[in-house]
Amino acid sequence: MHRLEGLSKLSGAERYLDDEPLEGALKGCLWGMTVRSPISRGKIRRIAYGAGFDWSKFVVVEPGDIPGPNETYLIENDQPVLAPGYVRHMHEAVALVAHEDRNLLRRAAASIRVEVDADPPALDFRVAPRADQIQRGSDNLIKKLQIKKGDVHAAFANAYKIVEGEYETGAQEHVYIENNAMSAWIEDGPNGDVVVVRGSMQCPYYVLNALKHALGRDETRVRVIQAPTGGGFGGKEDYPSTIALHCALLTLKAKRPVKIIYDRSEDMAATTKRHPSLVRHKTAVDKSGKLLAQQIEVILDGGAYVTLSPVVLSRGIIHAAGPYTCENVLIEGKAVLTNSVPYGAFRGFGAPQTIFACERHMDRIAHALGLDPIEVRRINLLKDGQTTSTQQTISGGTDRHALLNETLRVSAYDKHKRESEAFNKTHPYLRRGIGIATVLHGAGFTGNGEVYLNSKVDVGARPDGKIEVLAASTEMGQGTNTVFTRIAADAAGYDTADVVVGVPDTFRVPNSGPTVASRTVMVVGKLVERAIDDLAAQLGQNGKPLRGPSLKKAITDWHTTNPGKELKGRATYTPPPNVKFDDKNYVGDAYATFAWGACVAHVEVDLRTAAVRVLDFTAMQDIGKVINPVLAKGQVQGGVVQAIGWALSEEFKFKDGGMLNNTLTNYIIPTSDDVPPIRVVFHENPYPFGGGGAKGVGELPMDGPAPAILNAVAHATGADARAIPLTPEHLLPLL
Amino acid sequence: MNVLLPNSLAEACDFCAKQPDLIPLAGATDLLVHWPLRQAEHDKTYLDLSKLQELRTITWSANSLTLGALTTYWDVLQDPRAKSDFPLLIESARQVGAIQIQSRGTWAGNIANGSPAADGVPVLMAYDASVALTSKSGTRSVPLHEYYTGYRKSVRRSDELISAISIPLRRYDFAVFHKVGARRAQAITKIGLAMTRESAKPATWRVVANSVAATVKRCAAVENLLHAGAPIRKPEDFAAAIASDVTPIDDIRSTADYRRTVMARLLYHSLKGVSPAIS
Repeated sequence: MHRLEGLSKLSGAERYLDDEPLEGALKGCLWGMTVRSPISRGKIRRIAYGAGFDWSKFVVVEPGDIPGPNETYLIENDQPVLAPGYVRHMHEAVALVAHEDRNLLRRAAASIRVEVDADPPALDFRVAPRADQIQRGSDNLIKKLQIKKGDVHAAFANAYKIVEGEYETGAQEHVYIENNAMSAWIEDGPNGDVVVVRGSMQCPYYVLNALKHALGRDETRVRVIQAPTGGGFGGKEDYPSTIALHCALLTLKAKRPVKIIYDRSEDMAATTKRHPSLVRHKTAVDKSGKLLAQQIEVILDGGAYVTLSPVVLSRGIIHAAGPYTCENVLIEGKAVLTNSVPYGAFRGFGAPQTIFACERHMDRIAHALGLDPIEVRRINLLKDGQTTSTQQTISGGTDRHALLNETLRVSAYDKHKRESEAFNKTHPYLRRGIGIATVLHGAGFTGNGEVYLNSKVDVGARPDGKIEVLAASTEMGQGTNTVFTRIAADAAGYDTADVVVGVPDTFRVPNSGPTVASRTVMVVGKLVERAIDDLAAQLGQNGKPLRGPSLKKAITDWHTTNPGKELKGRATYTPPPNVKFDDKNYVGDAYATFAWGACVAHVEVDLRTAAVRVLDFTAMQDIGKVINPVLAKGQVQGGVVQAIGWALSEEFKFKDGGMLNNTLTNYIIPTSDDVPPIRVVFHENPYPFGGGGAKGVGELPMDGPAPAILNAVAHATGADARAIPLTPEHLLPLL
Repeated sequence: MNVLLPNSLAEACDFCAKQPDLIPLAGATDLLVHWPLRQAEHDKTYLDLSKLQELRTITWSANSLTLGALTTYWDVLQDPRAKSDFPLLIESARQVGAIQIQSRGTWAGNIANGSPAADGVPVLMAYDASVALTSKSGTRSVPLHEYYTGYRKSVRRSDELISAISIPLRRYDFAVFHKVGARRAQAITKIGLAMTRESAKPATWRVVANSVAATVKRCAAVENLLHAGAPIRKPEDFAAAIASDVTPIDDIRSTADYRRTVMARLLYHSLKGVSPAIS
C-alpha cells in the first residue's frame, strides 16, 4: 500500500501551517512572536519596549494576562507559560507580541530589551552544584531512580576481572523539516466561546490539557486540531503545549486569529533537545566474558524545568543493562536540573544514551579480556526464560542468537573485518574498521503507563458504509494514516479505499494517547482492530461478527433505519495478561514486550582530518509483524541517519547556556552524501497483542548505530573514544 | 529594500560613484540567508548586476582565461577546456554549496564577499589570478593575493566593481585542492588548501589556505620551504612554516589546533613523493 499523503508531500501540495493563506478561520490573522530571556538565570527587572514603535498598535501579553495558573501542565507543573519575573534558562519565554505586519513585528520584537539581574546559573550537570546554584531541593535533583537485582558487591568481590568506563552523549536537536507552528482563533460554542488551536503537534490531548489548565476552561471550551505536521521525533511531544498556550493567549487578548511560526534559529535555540548524559559502568566478568555484575550510574541533564525528564530517566535506566542476562545488577539514575533549555522527548527517550554506554562498554570488556566482541555478546545475550535487570522474564520466541548470526551474515562482517585489517597495513592515511551493537527497545509507555493512559479509539461507521478511524494519534511523516488504514481494512475485511482516518480534533476523536514511545501501531493499532471488532459485533447476529461486504451493507442498512444518528465501534486499552510492574521498586514487566535489534557499521577514518565516514551499515530488527515494509524500512533508515548525526557531527556549542550554533549551517546533520548504503533486515515474529501483530519500530533504529560506529572507529584506529558526538576535532587527539 | 538595476557596466559604475554604500549583487547567494532576521539590511540599497550579461563571459586567449564578473561556478563546470587547463576550478566549483548555489553563485561574488572560508578564492589564487576593478575612471588590475587587506576588507574602493578575473595560462605539473568541511557536502570549509607547481624552471610553488586566517591566505613560508627543497619527513615538519603563515582561531566550526594539525597533514600527504625532499 502506498503512503496516503506521499504524493501531496512530494509534490508540495500539502499545506503546512506556514503555507496556509490567511483566509477562513485565519482571516484578519495577526503574527505572534515571543520575547525571550537574554540570560540563563536571574530576576527580570523590566521589559523595555523599544522606542520608535507605536505599541498601542501591537498586542502584548505578559504573565498577568494568563487567566488560569501560569503553569504548563505536564508531570510537574513547574514550567511557567511566561516567566513570572524570574528566568531559568536562556531564550525562556517572557512576553508575547503580535501585529499583522510580520516584518514590522520582527523589528519591534528586536527592539524589546529584557532587563535582568543575573544569578549564578548551573550549567554543568556532571558536577555537583554550588550552594548559590541550588534551585530545587537541596541538590537540584529532578528525579532519582534505582533498579536492583541480586548483589553486585558480592559479585565484584569474586570477579575474574572488573572493567570500568565512563561514557558521555551530547544534546541533539530534532531538526524536523517543519519548524514549530501554531494558530489560534475563537469560535462560538454551546457553553460559551471556544478557543481553537490548530498546529503542528504529536499529542493533541497534551495540548488540550495544557490549555484547559492555564486558560481555566473545560474541554467544551477548548478545541485542539492537528495540522499537517512535518516531523516530530519527540520535539513536538510537549513543546507544542507551550506555543499553543502562547497563541491562545494572544488570540484571547487580540480577539483575532493569531499565527506563530518559529524560524529555524528560534526553534533550535528555544525548544527541547535530547538529554545529554553521563553513564558510568563497573562490570564484573569471568574469564569467558560472562557478565557477573553490572553496576551502572546514569546522570541526565534535565535542563531548567522537570518536563519529561523523570520518564526519560526511567526508560534510560531500564535499557541501561542492554539485551543481556546478568544476575547482579545495580542501576542508579539521576536527572539533574540545570539552567539549560529543558531537555525533552527525542526518539529513543533516554534509551539511546544508556545503550550507547552499554554497547561501547561491551566492546571494552572484550578488549580487556582479549576476546572477540561478538563472542562477549553471544555469551550474554538474553534467552527466553531469562530475566532483565527489572527481573522481567523474557518470552516471545525471538532467537536473539540467530538474529545476531543473521546480522553478521548480511553485513559480511567477517569479510569486511579481514579486508579492513589488510587495507590498514598498506594505506598511508585511511583506516577501516567494523563494529557491532546489539540492542533492545521496549515499546509503549513504561511500566503501568499504558494502564494509566487508558487509551481509547473509536471507529465511525458512516452512512456510505465507509469506516472512519477516530484516534488522537497523529500522522507526522511516519505513516500513521497509512498503517491505520491497512490495519482497519484488514480487521473489517474492507478495501483500503473504504477506510478513512479522521483528522485528530479533540471535538471529534477520543484520547488514544500521545503519538510517542513507538506505541502507535502496536498499542493504538490494536485498539483500532478492537474498535472494529466492537462495531462488527454490534451489527452481527447470533454473536457472529460481520466482515467485508456484509459489514458494509449492515452499516448502510443501519443508517437507513436510524437516519441522522451516529454509529460507532469503541475500544479501550487493556493490558496483555500477566504483565505486572512495581513502579515503586522497579521490579517486573517494564514493557509488555521488547523489540530486538543488531547492527553493524563499517567505517573509514581519514588520519589526515580525523573524519569518520560510514561506508556501510546493516540494521536487523525484530519488530513483530511488519505492517508496511516500505514505511518500516524508512523508519529504520531514518533512525540510522539520525543516529549517525548524533554519533559523529551534531554537536551543540553553548555560550552562557544558550545554543550558539542554532542554524543548519553550523549544526551539522548528515547529508545524503554522508549516508552509507543501509541494509535493513526484518526478522518477523508476530506479537499477538500488537496491532496486526506489530511491535514498535520508531525508536529502536536510534539505539544501535552510535556505539556500533564508535566500536568500528576503535577497531579501525585503536582510538578508545567514549563520548559523542565524535567530531573530527574530538577524535584527532585520540589518534 | 531598494534595488538599482543598471543596464550596463558604465551605468553601474555611475551608481557606485554617486552612492558609496551600495551592495553589489552578482548571484545574491549570500543575500537571503536568514533574511527575515536581518531587518536592518532590508533598508540598504543593492546594486543588482544581473542585467549586465556582457559580464557573463568565459574568454580564452593565447595567454589567459578571463572570467567575466557574472560567470557562475556552473558556467565553468560546463566549459570544455576548464577541466584540462584549470582542474582545481572544477574541483572547487563542485564543492560549493549545492547545484542551486553553483548555478547562481559567481566567482567574482565569492571574491567580493570576502569570506575567509570562500572556496572559489584559494584555487584562483593558486593559479595566480588577478582581479579587474572598474570604476568611472577606468580599470585597474590587482593580483588576487594582494586583494585582501583584512577580514572582509580589500583594496576595492566603494566606487569600483569587480568586472573580471583573469587567470594566466601556464603549465602546471602538480595541482591539488582540499576542502575539509564538517560533512561531505553542503559544508562551510574548516580548513582548505589549494596548491600548484608551475613546471617552468625553476618550479614555482603556490600554496593557498582558507579558513585559517582573516582572509584567504597565500602561504609564503610554506612556499619557501618547498622552493628551498628542505627535507620533510613528517607533517610536523611543516609546523613552523604554518605558524608563520596563518593565524587560525577557535570558532563555532572548529579549533585552531585542529586547523593547524590538519593543514600540516594535508600538506604532508599531498606532497609526499611529489617533491624528492618530502618522504
